[in-house]
Amino acid sequence: MIVAMKKLINESDDVVDEMLDGMTAAYPDLRRLPDTQVLVRDDAPVAGKVGVVSGGGSGHEPTHGGYIGDGMLDGAAAGDVFSSPTADEFEALLDATDSGEGVLAVIKNYEGDVMNFETAIEMVEMEGTDVATVVVNDDVAVEDSLYTSGRRGVCGTILVHKAAGAKAAAGADLDEAQRVAQKVVDNTATMGMALTSCVTPEKGEATFDLPDDEIELGIGIHGEPGTERTDVMSADEITEELTEGVLDDLDLDEGQEVVTIVNGMGGTPLMELFVVNRKLQELIGDHGLETWDAWVGDYMTSLDMAGASITVCAVDDELKELLDAPADTPGLTVQ
Amino acid sequence: MSGDGAVVVAAVEAVADRIQAERDHLTDLDSAIGDADHGGNMARGWAEAAEAVADLADPDAQTAVKTAGKTVLSEVGGAAGPLYGGSLVFASQELEGGVTPETAVAFAETYLEKVQDRGDASVGAGTMVDALTPAVHTFKKSIETDELPPLEALTKAVAAAEAGVQFTVPIRASKGRASYLGWRSVGHQDPGATSTLYIMEELLAVAAGHLDSEVPDVDASSPTIPDAEAAEE
Repeated sequence: MIVAMKKLINESDDVVDEMLDGMTAAYPDLRRLPDTQVLVRDDAPVAGKVGVVSGGGSGHEPTHGGYIGDGMLDGAAAGDVFSSPTADEFEALLDATDSGEGVLAVIKNYEGDVMNFETAIEMVEMEGTDVATVVVNDDVAVEDSLYTSGRRGVCGTILVHKAAGAKAAAGADLDEAQRVAQKVVDNTATMGMALTSCVTPEKGEATFDLPDDEIELGIGIHGEPGTERTDVMSADEITEELTEGVLDDLDLDEGQEVVTIVNGMGGTPLMELFVVNRKLQELIGDHGLETWDAWVGDYMTSLDMAGASITVCAVDDELKELLDAPADTPGLTVQ
Repeated sequence: MSGDGAVVVAAVEAVADRIQAERDHLTDLDSAIGDADHGGNMARGWAEAAEAVADLADPDAQTAVKTAGKTVLSEVGGAAGPLYGGSLVFASQELEGGVTPETAVAFAETYLEKVQDRGDASVGAGTMVDALTPAVHTFKKSIETDELPPLEALTKAVAAAEAGVQFTVPIRASKGRASYLGWRSVGHQDPGATSTLYIMEELLAVAAGHLDSEVPDVDASSPTIPDAEAAEE
């Protein structure tokens, strides 16, 4: 039976608007562009620096606006819940973050995001702004989904924000920022699972029906069903499924250093994420790989969905330096 | 140029009315292959566009088209916003010197090119491109090669678009939302191709009114097409 959930919302139409105002109230370094759902760093555009921006539907917090700040994003456009921002919002974002050095747009591979970002990019290019793009498609679970042609962009996007943001902060030009962003994409894979569906503010009920004794493997981040439904498994068994899926795709050489992320989908306690991470690290070792850094937390969520995704990114000296560089954002701090 | 601008304003209003009238039909077509939001999103977006162009003071054609495009782009959203609205914004550049048969051809070609690029779709993918491509090609040939009067060229273009809409019924979609259905997309008329036809039909009606003449009776010489109702079964 599906029951309307209790939620800390006022009107469902106002959720994104009120969330953004709440974020700027919490983080004075963020500024909301008037009459938009776009957040930028307060000092944008930063003189002499390539801008790095992102955006997409809301409901994935702290993605995207939570990664705005020194060493990561200069701004991000927020769409409605699980809906792409419109092209004029992306246009406002690009305009506000171009210091004259150009802007790198980090786009997750969803049809709406890609088309609206591309339209906005063509418009600002007519006005003389240089824009480079990188399309993130780290999800190994599906080739085509309800929302994409090709693989979906999910939690690996955070690493792209981090690496490209650090490169831009170090004074790199647009081509260089784009190159390292693409390098992360080329070396990153993710797979996720859900213990429960999620409840969108508009519908007020679960986006798909998942019986108490079943789980979904291969879920995306928009409450869409996964690729496979199975009986409930133990944390170790689930971790093994996800890790094997990711490592099969990456096909890494023995001794390769990696960054791992155990990402919570929004409704799973950290306790459980650490349990997953324990098994993940064991498996990484079994495969002859070396974890250079292990992240655990809610980085890219799907509202209140319970579940987790596992991301693995193969790193070289350049990526290690960029991922280790300082970042000061609401969602990620590296000192 | 204000005469051209007034025609564009009238055309946008006619399109808005038509999409509103066909809203439920478009939604039905979309619910068969997608997420049932095409009718609602398009109706809302074009209604806003009609208001936006009505607010312009004596616009030229380019300004009116660009304003309509920007409004559709931001109000329709999703993938349809960039396809229908964004393409209009870019194609409006071709109308800088007003609307002539030559600039109309350039406008149509740029619009088609933008839709194809943005959607990464070509003919036969079961999308709006299947209606748009034969229409634009027919219009160009009618104007440039056959040197037909503009209204006759537009009439042939609309007939070609209609044949294109029917072409989407029996083929498997390989792009757009319908493509996720795989073989199950066979037998479904594409909502995007359908709304594209409605837009063209309204353009023709408004152009005919403006030129104060009847829509000519032309030989559309459409290819043989399957019966739509039979294919829906």
